[in-house]
Amino acid sequence: MAEAAAKKRKFRGVVVIKPERCKGCEICVSFCPTGAISMSTKFNSKGYHYPEFSNPDKCTGCGLCGMYCPDFAIYGYREKIEE
Amino acid sequence: MSTTLRENPVEQFLRTDRMPHIWCPGCGIGTSVNCFARAVLECGIDLDKLCIVSGIGCTGRVAGYLRLDSFHTTHGRAIPFATGLKLANPDLHVVVYSGDGDLAAIGGNHLIHAARRNIDITVICVNNFNYGMTGGQVAPTTHHEKVATTTPYGDPEYPFNLPDLAASCGAVFVARWTTYHVVQLTKTLVKALNKKGFSFVEILAPCPTLYLRRNKLGTSVDLMKYFKEKSVIKHGANTKEVGLETYDKEIIVGEFVDIDKPDYLDNYNEIMKKRLGDKFQPWGR
Repeated sequence: MAEAAAKKRKFRGVVVIKPERCKGCEICVSFCPTGAISMSTKFNSKGYHYPEFSNPDKCTGCGLCGMYCPDFAIYGYREKIEE
Repeated sequence: MSTTLRENPVEQFLRTDRMPHIWCPGCGIGTSVNCFARAVLECGIDLDKLCIVSGIGCTGRVAGYLRLDSFHTTHGRAIPFATGLKLANPDLHVVVYSGDGDLAAIGGNHLIHAARRNIDITVICVNNFNYGMTGGQVAPTTHHEKVATTTPYGDPEYPFNLPDLAASCGAVFVARWTTYHVVQLTKTLVKALNKKGFSFVEILAPCPTLYLRRNKLGTSVDLMKYFKEKSVIKHGANTKEVGLETYDKEIIVGEFVDIDKPDYLDNYNEIMKKRLGDKFQPWGR
């Protein structure tokens, strides 16, 4: 069932993260509608945890993480899946 | 993921050499800049004709981070600077991007008189309920009974109702959103940028380091969730009823005023035309 649903998808969401800009406020993770991103256990050079794109299958590419991010460290977009 | 990654649409508006910016983790000003950049992108203004004027304060730093014609003016005097800019070169789209302390406290008189004159500028006021940059002093927007550095036992005053202040002074477009409502805020900013006349947009933003920490209100994520729960969208609401006297009161957001009125230059040209007849050449029209 899950495989059939995955095949039907024509678009996939892409999230790009710039760890060095992140200050670890967790707004993107808290307000992601599908839970596609989560906080990483890694640190950036300033000592903040940054988000990671942990569930790419869940991402719809709505771009809300990019709109919320106060540090311009994350953004998402929708990409067409080429057959 | 084999294809090359797309660039962030906001990136072209930022002075990336200055990143990361000085705003605290979770500060709402970055989110509002994000929405503003997307609104500029959406409404397709010629970037050579767009000017950002900021005053002093945390929000005053916006001018320094946007790769546009931006001016960082003295405390509270962003609106007079913008008025001069607009009257000297009426082709420009002038945006005043400043905080509540800058626009409502020290620049309060300029705000009401610019609204009264109906100068064709867009004023974006990021309201974080205190003076952030100087250490969390009480501002004219601090909630009643909430703690600030200068009111350690609670603020005895009542805050300004900024949308009502702007609307009663004659602003043609008045709106309020929080940093939770990013999509709606972007749409409203597009409208405000295209609106002729004095448009005023208030953005409620969390100040996690000073206001939230001192009042034990949690992190900025908690306040964003609070905004989500407490805000009620009422377009065209009576601005008298949208005040935020206490913290617990429901936050009425939306576009409150949207009217059409001749702006300052229209009135100026009309009066001069009446007096001088054909000798007068209309300015900027």
